[in-house]
Amino acid sequence: MENSEKIMARVYIMGRDHLVPSGLTIMKAMEYVGYKFIRGAGCRGGFCGACATIYRMKNDYKLRVALACQETVKDGMFLAQIPFTPANKVIYDLDQLSPTVSVFLELYPEVAKCVSCNTCTKACPQDLEVMDYVQASLRGDFEKVAFLSFDCISCGLCAMRCPAEIAPHRIAELARRLYGKYIMPRAQHVEKRIKEIETGKYDEEVKKLMSIGLNELKKLYVEREIEK
Amino acid sequence: MSGTDLIKGYPKYLRESIQNVEKTRERRLKESFELMSLDERDELLKTFHPDYRKEGKRQVKFGPNKGDLMPHEVVDILEAHPLVDPNTIDLSPVDFDVSILIIGGGGGGMTAALWALYSGVNAEDILIVQKLRLMDSNSVMSQGGIQAADKTNDSPTMHYLDIIGGGHFTNNPELVRTLVMDAPLIIKWHEELGVMYDRVADGTMSTLSGGGASRKRMHSARDYTGMEIVRNLKDEILNKNLPVLEFTSAVELIMDEYDQVAGAVLYDMETHRYHVVRAKLTILATGGFGRLHIQGFQTTNHYGATGDGVALACHVGAKLKDLDSVQYHPTGAAYPEQIVGLLVTEKVRNLGAQPVNRNGDQFVYPLEPRDVEASAIIRECYERNKGIETPTGMRGVWLDSPMIEIIHGEGTISKLLPAMYRQNIRFDIDMTKDPILVFPTLHFQNGGIEMINDKTETSVSGLLACGEVTGGVHGKNRLMGNSILEYSVYGRRAGIFAAKRAQKVKLGKLSLDHVGRYKEMLKETGVKTTKKAPILLPEYRGEGVLSRALNLL
Repeated sequence: MENSEKIMARVYIMGRDHLVPSGLTIMKAMEYVGYKFIRGAGCRGGFCGACATIYRMKNDYKLRVALACQETVKDGMFLAQIPFTPANKVIYDLDQLSPTVSVFLELYPEVAKCVSCNTCTKACPQDLEVMDYVQASLRGDFEKVAFLSFDCISCGLCAMRCPAEIAPHRIAELARRLYGKYIMPRAQHVEKRIKEIETGKYDEEVKKLMSIGLNELKKLYVEREIEK
Repeated sequence: MSGTDLIKGYPKYLRESIQNVEKTRERRLKESFELMSLDERDELLKTFHPDYRKEGKRQVKFGPNKGDLMPHEVVDILEAHPLVDPNTIDLSPVDFDVSILIIGGGGGGMTAALWALYSGVNAEDILIVQKLRLMDSNSVMSQGGIQAADKTNDSPTMHYLDIIGGGHFTNNPELVRTLVMDAPLIIKWHEELGVMYDRVADGTMSTLSGGGASRKRMHSARDYTGMEIVRNLKDEILNKNLPVLEFTSAVELIMDEYDQVAGAVLYDMETHRYHVVRAKLTILATGGFGRLHIQGFQTTNHYGATGDGVALACHVGAKLKDLDSVQYHPTGAAYPEQIVGLLVTEKVRNLGAQPVNRNGDQFVYPLEPRDVEASAIIRECYERNKGIETPTGMRGVWLDSPMIEIIHGEGTISKLLPAMYRQNIRFDIDMTKDPILVFPTLHFQNGGIEMINDKTETSVSGLLACGEVTGGVHGKNRLMGNSILEYSVYGRRAGIFAAKRAQKVKLGKLSLDHVGRYKEMLKETGVKTTKKAPILLPEYRGEGVLSRALNLL
């Protein structure tokens, strides 16, 4: 990397060739040559799915995927960003749904068209087992869908590539919400604490902290016991 | 990268330093580094925290915040030409006439919208304006968790004390009280929305410790906590048909003849048209200012975190608070170059990873409050010279992540820190086996628009604010896990209060006269600037292009 300013990579951004310093991410390389993002840039840290990118290497048939903010440019990369991925989002009232096997078929009936081709899995820049969770949804295995899909950043590349026109990330979202709301056990201690607060259990204690002098407050702070 | 041989992601000379870390690991697993006293903290902060560098700041020249010291980058946007010439805007046809305008579609804005709806406001009387896509925000990037004192060995009182001490006793006590008292009900609301917090089989939350916290009260969802929460909020916003304008920015607040904020002028970033919104209440939830790169620091922040809210609020004369105080997260990625500045969540330390120097020695308790921890790392690198220099000349310290696997068992990192694992393995660095290099990075705007009470009111009538854009809750330093909590507690309160207050508000004639007055003050005080604010998006285009740029289309 000591020589990185001298080493350049030739990349083809939407077909136009540019020389960019190698070592830059796709996103920074596009900015380097003059693009100012409105679409196609978000958190810039791999969490938001705004910068879904598809590319091919020169003389290679294989279509590859990347997050522009997380992938380094490679010499000979032909790339384009996906500004928006159309994917049907069904409107539902979570309170009126229940976590049954039929819920997916009712809201997203196209899920039944899955042919297990695994294209979605190959299209996932997060390396998730997308096809496995789509199949798990057909079996009504909410836990499996929820956990396999948990790291999904909803970039939508799976939905763009699915030959059965399924939007896997939408199925996953529905599954996780139902799993979180109806299947995961609730934390009893949360409920208990809310009641204690509502009945004023801590009012006096906190009021006292708010009214004592600074030195006394500092003393309490320093002397408080730290849970290890 | 080509030209340097890397062994599992690291060049050879870094491998040699890693061996030092490995040698001391067994010993360090049994060692506990002492917490600092308050005096030691003060001394360290004064000498090494970037906030204490006098040359990094100047006083604001005019307006209600005249005389306040703030970073140059913040004063630059408070003393800039308005982005839009008010004379070019025609306010007479109102494009959107609503009860509640919410500027910002991150965690705070979405929470406010949902609670306004729950409080009886019709969906069509609410408008969310979002600069990029709905949920694009720092909220989505927050990894570590949310604090709530809901375990039996914990209490809101203890949470209160941690926050006040962590904020160096500068917080607004009323705002802290509300924050800790409302925390458990936020967790419950999230459970009802379907948020999948980490928990054990009987439902008990798997809570962890955090810097400056005296109890294990950090609730998390792997290391995608922020994303998990906001995607639930977003889905709910869509299900409730709440109106959202994406890729649209507020460029100026509108006031009326009674000196109330009465809406905003919006700018569609894609079509370039403007919209006039009249609103009985306006909630600013625009987030922070990381993308201003205070003192040249790299940032963990979202692309849109350009401090627009404070600029808008300044034009209507709102009082600001604690904007001199910037949070540098102790552990930003320092290597490889592609991810420099990105967040390495505090959860890595919560799970047992220690920061160590190039000799493999500890030099600070791993969970001091963030400003203290960050200062200790800066001291290690730049005074004691025991940091590690990266191939691009940056300094950092090791964060000994393999300890996590030893303490909690193999597979813990992939289970609890999948985002961190992914961020590194993309560059061939396996953090389950090798430590990672870190250095403080610009993370959070501790201060902001002053919230004058726990109803989220500001010093200007008609203007509410919640989330990172506000000041008062955290004082001069925010503790981990209190940012999600802040936008949740105060987003909810903003929505509830706005719903109630909107019934009583009578608006007068709309005007942008305040922008003219602001321009006058700028001129009278002799500020010389070419800058415009709000800036909307940071400028990262290459110099080669910018130096030859023409704006013809």
